[in-house]
Amino acid sequence: MNRYPLPSIVLHWLLALLIGGGFVLGLYMHELPLSPQKLKLYSYHKWLGVTIFALVMVRLLLRWRLPLPPLLPAPVWQMKLAQGVHHALYLLMFAVPLSGWLMSSAKGFQTVWFGVLPLPDLVGKDETLGKLLQGVHEQLNWLLLLLVLLHAAAAIKHHFLDRDATLARMLPWAKP
Amino acid sequence: MNLRQFVFAIVVQMLAFPAWSAGYGTLLPEHSRISFVSKQMGVPVNGSFRRFNAQVAFDPAKPETARARIEVELASVDAGSREANDEVVDKDWFFVKNFPAAIFEVRRVKPLGNNRFEIAGSLTIKGRSKEITAQAVFSESAGVGSFDAVFILKRLDFGIGEGPWGDPGTVADAVQVKVILALRPEAGKPQK
Repeated sequence: MNRYPLPSIVLHWLLALLIGGGFVLGLYMHELPLSPQKLKLYSYHKWLGVTIFALVMVRLLLRWRLPLPPLLPAPVWQMKLAQGVHHALYLLMFAVPLSGWLMSSAKGFQTVWFGVLPLPDLVGKDETLGKLLQGVHEQLNWLLLLLVLLHAAAAIKHHFLDRDATLARMLPWAKP
Repeated sequence: MNLRQFVFAIVVQMLAFPAWSAGYGTLLPEHSRISFVSKQMGVPVNGSFRRFNAQVAFDPAKPETARARIEVELASVDAGSREANDEVVDKDWFFVKNFPAAIFEVRRVKPLGNNRFEIAGSLTIKGRSKEITAQAVFSESAGVGSFDAVFILKRLDFGIGEGPWGDPGTVADAVQVKVILALRPEAGKPQK
């Protein structure tokens, strides 16, 4: 079996973990009444988002530079669907943190990574734009959730129903 | 000094008032601004107060005699977001229901040369008074005098942000305050 290169495997699962964490945190924190705890959670969420954004850049670079294992045989429609979902996932992993960053700027709060590294405000403070970007950030997240579920469902189907190596080659411990 | 002499001295002082009030005195609110930068989780957040007034008497020729009293309507705060605006008027912060105004009374103006001044005075917020020293620059153009002053306010000295908000790790203790006061020569007493 041809596995994915180890750096790709590590980044795949690390990002899965960070994105899942950021998603749950975002869902939880925005309902909270204003408190120091809320300010902290918002900051953690933003730091997480910037980290994800940076790791996605590394991942795109690896995807471009490292050899990919050959595709496993499958019906053409499945190949096309898988490719479409993968492209959309990459796009969303880029667009979701970006929309959050822009939203934060529009709402008048600069993003400062780990409270140390300030990111530039690409848009100025603008309440209407802030609300709009908040909606965009939310909708993109629901779309991301949908695609992640589809992606995971396909992996499970390949593993347990088709019994092929689709999932195993993304697992570091699977036997070759 | 007997009582008559004392009263006479007071009257002379009062008559002498215009002498030190010659100079700038009338606030131009539309060209004045009181703003601040607080830090939340390391993120600078801009805020301002929309309503304030000031009684000022400042003669550039005799800066040491300057007097000023600035009163800021705390309910006019813009703390950076609607959520924050609703929060900071509450009792853990400014408690505007009981303490509607912040008052700064200038006690001493020390010229540092080059139109720079050190302004010391007493700041009262939420029933607590503290000595504050601000660094200011004065400039004049087209008949308008302008003070551009800055100082660091330690919010916890005044109980601004109590209870759970007392942790300076989330909202920093130090708040940078910037005051721009645009002044016209006092009405009826044109600048020489």
